[in-house]
Amino acid sequence: MNLNLTLIAQAVAFAIFIWFTAKFVWPFLMRAIEARQKQVADGLAAAERGRAELAAAGKQSETTVAEARARAQDIISSAEKRAAEMIDEAKSAAKSEGERLVAGAKAEIAQEVARAKESLREQVASLAVAGAEKILRREVDAKAHADMLSGLKAELK
Amino acid sequence: MAAEQVTPTSYITHHLTFNAKSIGDGGFWTLHVDSIVTAVVLGLVGIGFIWWVVRKATPGVPGKLQAFVELMIEFVDDQVKDTFTHGDRHKFVAPVALTVFVWVVLMNAMDFIPVDWIAWFTEHVLHQDNWRPVPTADVNTTFALALSVWLLMIFFSIQVKGLGGWLHEIFCAPFGVKPLWLAPLLIVFNLLFNIVEYVSKPLSHSLRLFGNMYAGEIIFILLWIWAATGLAGTIFGSALAVGWAIFHILIVLLQAFIFMMLTVVYIAMAHEHH
Repeated sequence: MNLNLTLIAQAVAFAIFIWFTAKFVWPFLMRAIEARQKQVADGLAAAERGRAELAAAGKQSETTVAEARARAQDIISSAEKRAAEMIDEAKSAAKSEGERLVAGAKAEIAQEVARAKESLREQVASLAVAGAEKILRREVDAKAHADMLSGLKAELK
Repeated sequence: MAAEQVTPTSYITHHLTFNAKSIGDGGFWTLHVDSIVTAVVLGLVGIGFIWWVVRKATPGVPGKLQAFVELMIEFVDDQVKDTFTHGDRHKFVAPVALTVFVWVVLMNAMDFIPVDWIAWFTEHVLHQDNWRPVPTADVNTTFALALSVWLLMIFFSIQVKGLGGWLHEIFCAPFGVKPLWLAPLLIVFNLLFNIVEYVSKPLSHSLRLFGNMYAGEIIFILLWIWAATGLAGTIFGSALAVGWAIFHILIVLLQAFIFMMLTVVYIAMAHEHH
């Protein structure tokens, strides 16, 4: 256990090993470790960003769906309104058509009635003439009694 | 060795003798070839392995080797981060801590290889008479590390505070120089205190590691002597050696960790102003 030159030799070896480690070993690994730490940090940041984006997209889709729903509601209500209008229009059209038809029918009926009255009047007049002929037992000269006949005809009106 | 009768004394002596090569006059000009070669080989293997893994390090998903190295480096870096808060630790302090930790762990771990396997290898393959396998059980190695750290400590102290600031700290801290009439006495006390501190730091730093490793080595050697004394000795000696080896794993890692932490703490303390 005596101190000798070995001490200096070991110190030199120690110095060389320190130099080598500081120069060639430590920086290499620290570079790798720091690069990996950066990668991990970037990855975490990207994941965080992705999560935020996902949340934003969810919100966006919610508003879109709400808008679409409101629009659909609008469309449905306007369609319902339109349908109601159409029904009303159809109703009123049908009503006026019906009224028109009724009026036509009534006019026709009035005409028919008038025509029937006319022919009845003719028949009554002729019947009356015939009746009078029978009563008088003689011929009534239509020409001679034209005034009386037309007066009778006018009375039957 | 082979021809002589092996006695406990010769066995212990054999395993506790350095492979010393004299390269000049006097006791100091001696190299412990075993300590140096083992330490350098282990350093090359340890640091080289990390370098080999780290060179191909990818920021993506790491392989098993890279994950292991990263785990180790991040463990060291965490310790340094908590202790050293005086600047960019990546430039110097953290690499020093990593070097110390890896190197000391490997040197300590040489204790786990049975001494006689190593002795056989060094004797029959390398043709060396003596070979002590644990460089940290050589006080020269631990002193070399501790004194290097000590010099770094003084260097950073001067770098951070300037030569004047450092000298001021040596004479005026920790007791200060007030009141003025006591100043000469206080300066003497401050100086003495700092000398004790500067001496005790490398001593405790190196001797703690050396003592633990040396003791571990000796206990292994004693157990192997017992294991050579017959069947009972072999059984109990081996069983105890296994127990000691398992406990020694803790010591090896703990001492390396303590050595690394003290290195960081001393360098961090050098950055602090008083």
